[in-house]
Amino acid sequence: MKFSIYRFNPEVDEKPYMQDYDIELAPTDRMLLDAILKIKALDDSLALRKSCREGVCGSDGMNINGKNGLACITPLKDLKEPVVLRPLPGLPVIRDLIVDMGQFFKQYHSVKPYLINDNPPPQKERLQSPEDREELNGLYECVLCACCSTSCPSFWWNPDKFVGPAGLLQAYRFIADTRDEATNERLDNLEDPYRLFRCHTIMNCVDVCPKGLNPTKAIGKIKDALLKRSV
Amino acid sequence: MALNKQIFDTLIVGGGGSGLRAALQLAEADHRVAVFSKVFPTRSHTVAAQGGIGASLGNMQEDNWLWHMYDTIKGSDYLGDQDAIEFMCRKATEVVYELEHFGMPFDRNPDGTIYQRPFGGHSQNFGEKPVQRACAAADRTGHAMLHTLYQRNVRARCQFFVEWMALDLIRDYEGAVVGLVAMEMETGQVMLFQSKAVVLATGGAGRIYRSSTNAYINTGDGMGMAARAGIPLEDMEFWQFHPTGVAGAGVLITEGVRGEGGILLNSQGERFMERYAPTMKDLASRDVVSRAMDQEIKEGRGVGPDKDHVLLKLDHLGPDVINKRLPGIREIAIKFAHVDPIKEPIPVVPTCHYQMGGIPTNYYGQVVVPKNGNPNSIVPGLYAIGECACVSVHGANRLGTNSLLDLLVFGKAAGDHLVEWLKTNPQHRDLPKDAGDFSLSRLARLDSSSSGESVHEVGQELRRTVQNHAGVFRTEQLLSEGVEKIKEVAERVKRTHVKDKSKVFNTARIEALELENLIVVAEATLVSAEARKESRGAHARDDFKERDDKNWLKHSLWYQEGNRMDYKPVNLKPLTVESFEPKVRVY
Repeated sequence: MKFSIYRFNPEVDEKPYMQDYDIELAPTDRMLLDAILKIKALDDSLALRKSCREGVCGSDGMNINGKNGLACITPLKDLKEPVVLRPLPGLPVIRDLIVDMGQFFKQYHSVKPYLINDNPPPQKERLQSPEDREELNGLYECVLCACCSTSCPSFWWNPDKFVGPAGLLQAYRFIADTRDEATNERLDNLEDPYRLFRCHTIMNCVDVCPKGLNPTKAIGKIKDALLKRSV
Repeated sequence: MALNKQIFDTLIVGGGGSGLRAALQLAEADHRVAVFSKVFPTRSHTVAAQGGIGASLGNMQEDNWLWHMYDTIKGSDYLGDQDAIEFMCRKATEVVYELEHFGMPFDRNPDGTIYQRPFGGHSQNFGEKPVQRACAAADRTGHAMLHTLYQRNVRARCQFFVEWMALDLIRDYEGAVVGLVAMEMETGQVMLFQSKAVVLATGGAGRIYRSSTNAYINTGDGMGMAARAGIPLEDMEFWQFHPTGVAGAGVLITEGVRGEGGILLNSQGERFMERYAPTMKDLASRDVVSRAMDQEIKEGRGVGPDKDHVLLKLDHLGPDVINKRLPGIREIAIKFAHVDPIKEPIPVVPTCHYQMGGIPTNYYGQVVVPKNGNPNSIVPGLYAIGECACVSVHGANRLGTNSLLDLLVFGKAAGDHLVEWLKTNPQHRDLPKDAGDFSLSRLARLDSSSSGESVHEVGQELRRTVQNHAGVFRTEQLLSEGVEKIKEVAERVKRTHVKDKSKVFNTARIEALELENLIVVAEATLVSAEARKESRGAHARDDFKERDDKNWLKHSLWYQEGNRMDYKPVNLKPLTVESFEPKVRVY
């Protein structure tokens, strides 16, 4: 199978280039990550992140034939040759397929991604109805792979000011949690022409999310909450 | 070469469940704590846990910690230390409620309490019938827990060294652990970290097997660091084979599937677990179910063209239960097994999943070693928690849901113990003059090599050897051949060569360093397994089929120096209740 992979090592390369590989695959090589690791066994200089190899840790996000995804859950049989692999767009490249995620995590941290409830907790669990708990479905499952935010033109232009789909999804995860008591503070934090309102519902995030989540919908709900608060 | 140095109170190696839980205790008490992780913390392997956290909340039926304790001891095949097991089972409800207060999105019952599901080996009234004890967030419990703990650490402003790999412990002339050497992966920079204590929380080393549910990062780094610093490894012959890894892919399918009512079938469509475990059936403990599956396959009742797996049927649960309680499993089955479990069964096979052994500790997480006649003498300044530690609460076989519980209970216990210990140990000890030299020499070998063995090929040989010689069923011949073979692999590990000499995010060099940790664990496993002439829990020998309490009710200790074995007694004395004497295990 043929691959064309983005290569850049700042220590030796003046500029990035695409390197071609043609490798023999076994029937047991089902996912893109299997193929990349075959290539890496032959060329140990190819750099990428990887860990769980089952789509739950979010390490191996990359741009695959023009679309962001996780290599470990992208079936090889669905890919057109040569398979073109590039680092996630819009973030500085450290080396090859490894990007600097600093800006992405800074935005994630900026939404205070933790439960805020200063009341003394009860002896046992805080109660929550199954219906209220269901509000968190489609939100808490995010793996922070950055496929969504790095496919979003608004994030490309303003990564320092726009929270981006992943961060906003997590912001809504806590707004939606009946146990959280900081909804007002959270909305204040987002009521800003850039932080929230740079989302122009292009919906690339929904298109690429490897976990099938819908950040655009969550962003819409944050906007609704702001509107409700203002009337 | 003079290395730069940073100073902290406590260094935690590993940002998974146990490391984050310990870090939280220290950060919230305003201690200077640093957490080192090879990956961004939410990518740690805790994220892959699915089914639940064991705690006798009693939200579904009557339950209590003493039943949980009994189940854990029986599950351990009586090799678990009963003081630590009592400690864990009693603390279970407290740490689960705390996790809920931190924001964990547990599933809920109609009355608003935490939903609990049945799991293997967990019973009511000392083995009478299954009980719902596993506190679950759908089938993504580990993911939800790891993110919750990370988030809580963000709130506590804990300091992280993300994508740093710890290389070696630093011990002073009296044997106290006074810091560590670590390398930043992005730049290749090596630095000394001085501290009053180091906590190893590096997880398991399931990557010594070719077929494994474990993440690529699970390379036993903490055990390599401990063994190189002269610390023995305990009970390393005990590896859990999870009954339901996806055949061919190795990806985990939670026991929660059977908890929700899924059943195992052989090629004749027979629910064979009824024969092996009449009471608990498909919810017998994992060693029992894996051996039964292996037996069915051996006797020709496996499924598929090569008759090499069995089937996990759950379509009878209906789409509602599957989509609500097991959505991640459906996703995995479709992606990795190409079957939709709403309609078809999933092909499954026993797959290496968990190491019961590890770095010997007491139930405060302090590392203990034999010294001057005391089998449990404390190593000053060193703690170990989670899968890399051996407390030992899992003994010869861990019960499902007890691993996440282990992370919470002993992560917190170590953190609490450290908070107290730091009060009476205000001073840093001096670093020895040669601190860092050993790590630098390891790196220098890799940086200067011009030829040698491929890390990839030696790694394949290591995994093949362990897989073939220390699998579900073992014999003297398999094991003694395995011991010889792994010695040869160990020699090859010393001659590895990395072509890539770059300093910038050199993953080839990281993998070479990881291989040096994997080989420690692989040698410990084979040597310990060859030495133990009995069958107990996950260590099943065809030539010694019975458990032998007279000669082998004891913990193994493997020392890297001399590749030698030592032993220490099992603690059969709980903290407050009466001992559970060893009995024949029937499920």
